[in-house]
Amino acid sequence: MLRIITRARPLLTRSYAGAAAAAVLKKHNVSLNTHTDTQTAAIEQTNIRSNSSEPVIDLAASPVLKHAYMEDKSHGTRPIYLDMQATTPTDPRVLDVMLKFYTGLYGNPHSNTHAYGWETNNEIETARQHVANLISADKKEIIFTSGATESNNTAVKGVARFYKKTKNHIITTRTEHKCVIEAARALINEGFEVTFLEVDANGLIDLQDLQNKITPKTCLVSVMAVNNEIGVMQPLEEIGKICRKNKVFFHTDAAQGLGKIPIDVNKMNIDLLSMSSHKIYGPKGIGALYVRRRPRVRLEPLLSGGGQERGIRSGTLAPPLVAGFGEAARLMAQEREYDNLYIKKLSDKLMNGLLSIANTSLNGSKEHRYPGCVNVSFSYVEGESLLMALRDIALSSGSACTSASLEPSYVLHALGKDDALAHSSIRFGIGRFTSEEEVDYVINAVKERVQYLRELSPLWEMVQEGIDLNSIEWSGH
Amino acid sequence: MLTSTVFKPSVLKGPGMMLARRAYHPRVIEHYTRPRNVGSLDRHSPSVGTGLVGAPACGDVMRLQIQVDDRTGVIENVKFKTFGCGSAIASSSYVTELVKGKRLDEAARIKNTEIAAHLSLPPVKLHCSMLAEDAIKAAIADYRAKRAATVLK
Repeated sequence: MLRIITRARPLLTRSYAGAAAAAVLKKHNVSLNTHTDTQTAAIEQTNIRSNSSEPVIDLAASPVLKHAYMEDKSHGTRPIYLDMQATTPTDPRVLDVMLKFYTGLYGNPHSNTHAYGWETNNEIETARQHVANLISADKKEIIFTSGATESNNTAVKGVARFYKKTKNHIITTRTEHKCVIEAARALINEGFEVTFLEVDANGLIDLQDLQNKITPKTCLVSVMAVNNEIGVMQPLEEIGKICRKNKVFFHTDAAQGLGKIPIDVNKMNIDLLSMSSHKIYGPKGIGALYVRRRPRVRLEPLLSGGGQERGIRSGTLAPPLVAGFGEAARLMAQEREYDNLYIKKLSDKLMNGLLSIANTSLNGSKEHRYPGCVNVSFSYVEGESLLMALRDIALSSGSACTSASLEPSYVLHALGKDDALAHSSIRFGIGRFTSEEEVDYVINAVKERVQYLRELSPLWEMVQEGIDLNSIEWSGH
Repeated sequence: MLTSTVFKPSVLKGPGMMLARRAYHPRVIEHYTRPRNVGSLDRHSPSVGTGLVGAPACGDVMRLQIQVDDRTGVIENVKFKTFGCGSAIASSSYVTELVKGKRLDEAARIKNTEIAAHLSLPPVKLHCSMLAEDAIKAAIADYRAKRAATVLK
C-alpha cells in the first residue's frame, strides 16, 4: 500500500506543475507551482492535449469548425469564458486580501482568549459589514455558510421546521434553483404542504396567484431574485409587500442577483436572503444567509455544534474565504455602476447579434431581466451539438447542476416552451471581465456554427420545404 | 492483499489524468467535425428509401436515405441528416460508412452494439446508436415498400 502511494505522488506533482512551472522558473528564476500565470498554464494544457494519442482533426476538411478545434501551441488555447452563471473568475483584488490568512493570520476567529483570535475576528467582522452593505442590512443579520445551497436549505427547512407546530405550508415557484425545489420536496416527505407557483411565458409569477395561495397555515414564501438559467428578475418589492401584509416570512435566493440588481432588504420586506460568493468574483465554498432580527425570524439550524453564527450555523468559519467574500462584496458595491453599464452594453450587443439569426428566440422576459444572462433558443439545432461546435467558447445549455442529465431544462418547461425548443437553448453569461472583442467573436462564431448545424439538420430542411413539423407523427423513444 | 490496484499508476501517468473527464471519444469528434455523406437524395425516386426516426421533443431526429441498385440490391449511395447531439451525428455518419456498398440483407443485419462499440458511446448515449440502427431499418423498409408497390413480382 505504502509503496504504491509513494510511487503515485511524484507523478501527480509532476503532471500538475509541469511545463508552466518550468517556464516560469527559467524566465524569472522563481519556482511556481500554482496556475496564477494563466497564459503559461494555457500553453501547457494545449501541449498536453496535442501530445496525447488523439487523432489529429483535419481542420482543412471542416472549415466551419476550424476555430473550435484548433490548438495553438505558441499562445495556448483556452475557450472564451461565457458561463458566468455557473461561476465567475476570482477578482485578483479578492485573492490579495485572502492570502494573508494562509500565512500570518491563522487564528481561529472564535478564540476570544488571545490576539490570534481577535485579529482574525476583526477581519471577519469587516467582511460581514461589506456583505451587509450590499443588501442594506445590519451586519448582525449576516450568517456565513458554505454557499447558497446551504443558505437555501437552512432558510427553507429551518423556518418550516421551527414553525411546524402551528404552520405546515410553504410556497415556492417552479423555476427555483434545484436546491430550493429539492429542499421543498424533502419537506413534503416530512409532512409539509408545498405549493409550487406557476410562471407565465416570460418566467414571472402572478402576484394575484401568490396572494390567493397564501393560507393561515403558510409560514414561508421563497421566490428567487434572478433566475440562474434565464436571468428573469421577480418583482421582489411587490412580493415582499404581500408577504408582510399576510404575516408570512419572505425568503429570496439572491445568488444570481447579489450586487447586480438593487436589493434592499428593508424596502423590499425580505426576511431571509441567500447569497453566494463565487457568483460575485469571490472564492468558492462560501456564502451567507441574511436572517432578519426585527421582526425576528426564528429557524431550526441544520447543524448542531458550538453555536457559532448566532447558533444558526455552527462550525469554525473559514477566514480566508470569509475575507475574500467580504472583499468581493465591497468591490461589487464599488464597481456596481460601471459594471452594470458595461454588462448592459455588451449584453445588448450580444442579444441583438444572436437574435438577428433566423428562427431564434430569447427565453424569459425581455424587460424584467438581469442583462448578464442571455438564454437563446436556436430552432432546429440541438443544444448539445451546438456546444460541441462552440468548443472555443465556454457555455452551458442551462444549469451546471442539470447538464449531466439529458432532460431538457425544467425552467424552460415551466415557461411553456416545448421540448424541441428546450433542447435547442444555450445560456450566455457576461461578466466584469468579458471584453467587447470576445462578444464580437462569439456572435460571429454562433452565426457560422448554427448555419453549419442547420445544413446538417433534417428539421431545417423540412421547414425550408414548407413542411409543418407538427403534422408529422414522430416515432419518439 | 493490500496490493490490489486502488491506485493505478498507469491511470495517473502524465496527461491522461487531466483528460479523464473529456466527454467525447476522439472517434465521435472525428465524425462530428468531418461527417461523411451528409445531404439528401430524391425521396420520390423509386430506388430511394428514406428512414426518418426519432422526435424533436426527444432531441434526436435522424434521416437516412439509401439509393439501391434495383437489380443487385446493393446500396449504391447513402445520405443522412441529423438533428441531435454529437454522438447522434457521429452514429449516423458512421452508419452511412457501414452500409455503403452493402446488400440490403447485409445492411439490415447491422446492430446498434457495433456502432456503440466503434464510437465508445457511454451508456447515456446508447440510444443514439439504436436510433442509427432504426434509421437504416426504416430506410430499407421504405425502399422495399416502394418496390412492392411499383414492380410487383
